[in-house]
Amino acid sequence: MKGQLGMAGLGLAALLSMGSAASAQDADKLVINGDLEMTTRAPAPEGLPFEEVISGWHFREDETQALETDDFDNPGMLMVERGQDLWNEVQGAAGKSCASCHGEAAESMKGVGAKTPFWSAEAKRPVNLELQINQCRTERMQAEPYKFDDPDQIAMVSFVRFQSRGMPVKLDLDQGDMKAWWERGKELYYTRFGQLDFSCASCHEQNAGKYLRADYLSQGQINGFPTYRLKDATLISTHNRFKGCVRDTRAEPFQPLSDEFMALEVYVAWRGTGLAVETPAVRH
Amino acid sequence: MRGLVAAAGAVALVMASVAAAAAVTAPEEVKVEDMTVAASLTGQPGDPAKGRSVFSSRSLGNCLACHANADLANELFQGDVGPDLTDVGGRYEPGQLRAIVVDSKQVFGEQTVMPAFYHAITDQRVRKDLAGKPILTAEQVEDLVAYLVTLKGK
Repeated sequence: MKGQLGMAGLGLAALLSMGSAASAQDADKLVINGDLEMTTRAPAPEGLPFEEVISGWHFREDETQALETDDFDNPGMLMVERGQDLWNEVQGAAGKSCASCHGEAAESMKGVGAKTPFWSAEAKRPVNLELQINQCRTERMQAEPYKFDDPDQIAMVSFVRFQSRGMPVKLDLDQGDMKAWWERGKELYYTRFGQLDFSCASCHEQNAGKYLRADYLSQGQINGFPTYRLKDATLISTHNRFKGCVRDTRAEPFQPLSDEFMALEVYVAWRGTGLAVETPAVRH
Repeated sequence: MRGLVAAAGAVALVMASVAAAAAVTAPEEVKVEDMTVAASLTGQPGDPAKGRSVFSSRSLGNCLACHANADLANELFQGDVGPDLTDVGGRYEPGQLRAIVVDSKQVFGEQTVMPAFYHAITDQRVRKDLAGKPILTAEQVEDLVAYLVTLKGK
């Protein structure tokens, strides 16, 4: 219940009072299709200055929130359905589809999107769904890897992560060198970049729940990614959003899928430990 | 003879423009002392009307992103990351306001999220076309300070 910020003709006094009241976020509950209850608040993992981690869903307006409560209204579901089709489509010289090896995604992919990024013993690094899917394509399907943010890549990543919708985010930091990547991601999270001299923490830790002009700053959780952003009218990948945030500090962003952004994804995903996977979430 | 006079005039003009340029204090030369920058960065007083535009413009100061200001009540969606500046001219001396705009970290400490508006950043991956350039020019800083001084609340 954040109030109708979109309404024109708001007095400054009203605006200011809402600004302070809204820091409590709202108390709405996210239930999808009338029966899937989503954990949108969870006790913060040890080491965070928050008492609880809060899904970005709570920071959005009622109309935006409502779009995520029914899959017929959720515009991100179209891409999930496209991913379903791609899952069964034979591509590449090996004559295989995803389903050839993995069968029903609802079974084989359940939980995968809740623990991403995860350690790859083969690659000796953490991988996210984009990298894992591309590895399957090149090595098992003998197909071309997806270019970053190819609509088919976003559809496939969304479809795979959708199989974990409702499950709590939980990374396994005990595998391989995950802790070192987590440390590197943490360092990046607190590093100031750009002419505006902002770190991730400047907005999403120190000022979550405050207004940056019309933007109501969230904790910057990524449990809902790929996320349908109404302002972009499409699903946005995690690394695309990272890039946008860094660019907004007036800095040169890191490349999507670079080691830096992978480390950051490990750390930021961990910051959302316990939140339900919401893919495809809907935000403004 | 007339040629000589013209040449002397030209030299005087060049010297005058050099003097004007020299009067602008470069970002790396600004000294914040006792949380104050006492002297104008341009050697001239700023223009409060222009400063009002610097305050509200998203491409210049964009101060409303973080601060409310009742003098600009017609501008919707004022931020609340930083304090309300409606009466900031009554809370700080002009030299303090200048220091806060130039580099608030030297006034409030390193932890503040407020950018330094007259401090040239060359590292931390700053966008290539902005490397070494402050967010505002010396003149814009002076205009903004002249405007902030007028904010005495309503």
